[in-house]
Amino acid sequence: MKDIAFTIASFDHFLSEGKLMASRCAGCGALWLPPRPICLTCKGDEMEWKEMSGKGTLVAFTVIGVGPMPMIEAGYGRDKPYCVGIVQVREGPRIGAQIVGVDVAHPENIKIGTPVEADFVERGSWHFVEEVAKVKKTYLAFRA
Amino acid sequence: MARGKHRLGRGVAIVGAGMSAFGIRPDVTNRELFAEAFTDMKGSVDKGFNQQDIEALYVGNCGAEMWESQSVMGSLCADIIGLTPRPARKIEDACASSSVAVRDGVIGIASGLYDMVLAGGTEKMSSLPINWTTMALACGSDTTFEGSVGFTFPGLYAAMATAHMHTYGTTHEDMLRVAIKNHTNGALNPKAHFPMTIKDVMNMRAAKAKEKGAPVPTWADEMEFLNDPRYNPVIAWPNTLFDCCPITDGAACLLLVAEEIATEFSDIPIYIIGTGQASGHNLHDRDTLTSIPAAKIAAQQAYEMAGVGPQDIKIAEVHDCFTIAEIMAIADLGFFQEGKEAATAASEGKTTRDGIKPINVSGGLKCKGHPVGATGAAQMVEIFLQMRGEAGERQVTTTDIDLALNHNIGAHGTTAVVQIYERR
Repeated sequence: MKDIAFTIASFDHFLSEGKLMASRCAGCGALWLPPRPICLTCKGDEMEWKEMSGKGTLVAFTVIGVGPMPMIEAGYGRDKPYCVGIVQVREGPRIGAQIVGVDVAHPENIKIGTPVEADFVERGSWHFVEEVAKVKKTYLAFRA
Repeated sequence: MARGKHRLGRGVAIVGAGMSAFGIRPDVTNRELFAEAFTDMKGSVDKGFNQQDIEALYVGNCGAEMWESQSVMGSLCADIIGLTPRPARKIEDACASSSVAVRDGVIGIASGLYDMVLAGGTEKMSSLPINWTTMALACGSDTTFEGSVGFTFPGLYAAMATAHMHTYGTTHEDMLRVAIKNHTNGALNPKAHFPMTIKDVMNMRAAKAKEKGAPVPTWADEMEFLNDPRYNPVIAWPNTLFDCCPITDGAACLLLVAEEIATEFSDIPIYIIGTGQASGHNLHDRDTLTSIPAAKIAAQQAYEMAGVGPQDIKIAEVHDCFTIAEIMAIADLGFFQEGKEAATAASEGKTTRDGIKPINVSGGLKCKGHPVGATGAAQMVEIFLQMRGEAGERQVTTTDIDLALNHNIGAHGTTAVVQIYERR
């Protein structure tokens, strides 16, 4: 697996297989999620892939009614808001993702510290050009 | 440790400052807004200047490619104000674009290459439907790991607000107090997008209901009005409509010259004695979600260069794109302690126009408007006016403004610029 490039495309491909993968610095052991090709801690560029457990806790969130186009295309809007947040995974790093399985009608009841588990959802791509935007991709989500 | 002396090769002063009217401006394009700001600026140069002496142009612009399907904003602005063939460049750093443009102009003069430059920014944002404007603004996030998973701009700051509430017990009413204060200031700013207090807005809504023959709503005070979801709906929880700055068209610019020639043009030049800039990680890679690390670093650079501290600053224009952003800004700048002290500064009257540390006397981004690529330069326009005693009805009179500061954030803190100004 070391031969798989430490790129966003590789991360996306792993997501499509239902895997949440981080890069670990071979030099200092620092863990990067989403993966990075260059370690921020020691600036080393030797990385290895490391699969995450997918378990984590919610550290910040919001509930949105007016989302960007891919969320609107996915059916979200003022009448159907969604939650998005920052999750700290059990292994340490944090990542942003849609949070499903929470009470979006009552955001005041959503609690920081809620345990969550990785989930994978399909949506269109982020782009202004319709032909590109309609290409489906797997995105990381977390389920409370 | 970075090498370099971290001070300017020579001093730089602002001798002219101007801005267009801020608001929804279907009548004009980006470059015309910039021309309006330029014309306004010309009137502010006490002793006049020869336009041929401007040696370069720096234009901040965040997203004309999206809002106007137009790139090359630098040369277009040079063209419309008659500055060609002088070199012109567009600078894009999201909402900090024009502060970076001014800073680059300062560096251009400090290097000795130029004696006089024009720097500022322009943004036309009202030309797209709200869905696409939301998308255009979210392009300032990391669209791979933030925008595409569902974050919008109000959403990114809302996430920071939830972290602030969780860590410090900050309340939504603390946030709304920032909006009330900034609207109180902006009501006195004729160039503001919404020159009205929250009370004015409230009375306007009630009058509108009466006009339509609908039941007339009543609220005990501004806070009750702001807590009424029919009139102040949630945009990205906990951010409501009145926690968010508006979508605004506008431009602003400054005439910068080398310190040694400043009095040839101005009776009261405003000297830029400290300038700092830093970049920062995306939200998920930050150690903290309750402050903006890049802003703290930029502030430290500016204070060190200027040889002054937070206690010396008399007034500040800070980046209140959302109410929580002002609460974080006044702590990151060292004015108030992070947490409860900063969160309650507005409600305790510490940051009002007559408070101990007046913040956003222009009305801030919240009330004056936030044409993203023009905002930093517009903050400096307010500082120029206030330091020269030319701010009219909203002039701060409780203190002699010899030192002032502006704090401008690009995106959600991936860029930060802090500058310090002196009137001698």
